[in-house]
Amino acid sequence: MSKEHDRGMTIIVKTVTRLTVGLIFLYGIYIILHGHLTPGGGFAGGVIVALSFINVDLAFGGKVSDRIFSKGSTSVIEALGGVMFLALALLGLQWGGFFDNFLHPDGEPGMLISAGIIPLENIAISLKVGAGLFAIFLTLITLQKFESEKK
Amino acid sequence: MIELYVLIGLMIAGSLIAIEVKNLLSAVVAVGVVGLGLSIIFLILKAPDVALTQIVVEIAAVVLLIRATLNRDIAMKYCGNRPFGAIMGILFTGFVFVIALITFKDGLNLFGAPLMTVSQFYPLNAIEGTGATNVVSAIILDYRAYDTLGEATVLFTAVVGVLTVMRSPGKKKEEDLQDSK
Repeated sequence: MSKEHDRGMTIIVKTVTRLTVGLIFLYGIYIILHGHLTPGGGFAGGVIVALSFINVDLAFGGKVSDRIFSKGSTSVIEALGGVMFLALALLGLQWGGFFDNFLHPDGEPGMLISAGIIPLENIAISLKVGAGLFAIFLTLITLQKFESEKK
Repeated sequence: MIELYVLIGLMIAGSLIAIEVKNLLSAVVAVGVVGLGLSIIFLILKAPDVALTQIVVEIAAVVLLIRATLNRDIAMKYCGNRPFGAIMGILFTGFVFVIALITFKDGLNLFGAPLMTVSQFYPLNAIEGTGATNVVSAIILDYRAYDTLGEATVLFTAVVGVLTVMRSPGKKKEEDLQDSK
């Protein structure tokens, strides 16, 4: 990452980003995993994780962010989140019905491992939302660069 | 409740500035003021889930809007005075005002005061029923999971639509752009 001094924004932005982006990412993970205990959940946490990747992309330029999370893998991960959500819903058919909370009685309320399939659904939604938002961002800035190059 | 009026006044001022200002970047910043004020209002009204989602989506939207509008000359054209629109706006506002005066002449209820029968069920039964201490999470992922499936479908359709309409022109071009960045 240190060889990319000539791309992206200034050295101030890069240093601050290097210090804070890990904390933003971890905060998103925390919001996702504690979605069934505290305010937040898959949607908000997924957007925070996507914002940390957007932060890297804006500060260091497209090459560094492409090495971490490329445009091809965003589509794969978004589809993976959607399939995981639907698979959890369909697994409930074995026990009671569509979206049946089949893991529920395990774990006591208030602990991290509790609430049945709700944490798993949170993870699926966060994958879907985060990868989808980052894919939209990448598409928009690539198109803009193409337009400004054409001029 | 005075802080609510201050925030709402700030939001109205921000939206007016966003419409009237000529510079696009200033307009985007003014739109951001509206979203942040809305987030604080949600927090004051004791809805931390919605406040978190609102502030996060607002930040993402402002970043996207700045990236989309910066360094791009979008033609602005002056529409002139539109007397028909102004008259219709005044008429509709007056109509809503009169209807509200007739309907709420005895005063409004307190915010969230009469708890409805349907929404009483969830705070009382969510913890035993699902094991989740966050009742909002229990509702959107267990009791009303079909809604979340629909929301996920809407998001998927939006992403597929954006990727299709604004797809980069050819694979080779895209690699060139990444190199020339």
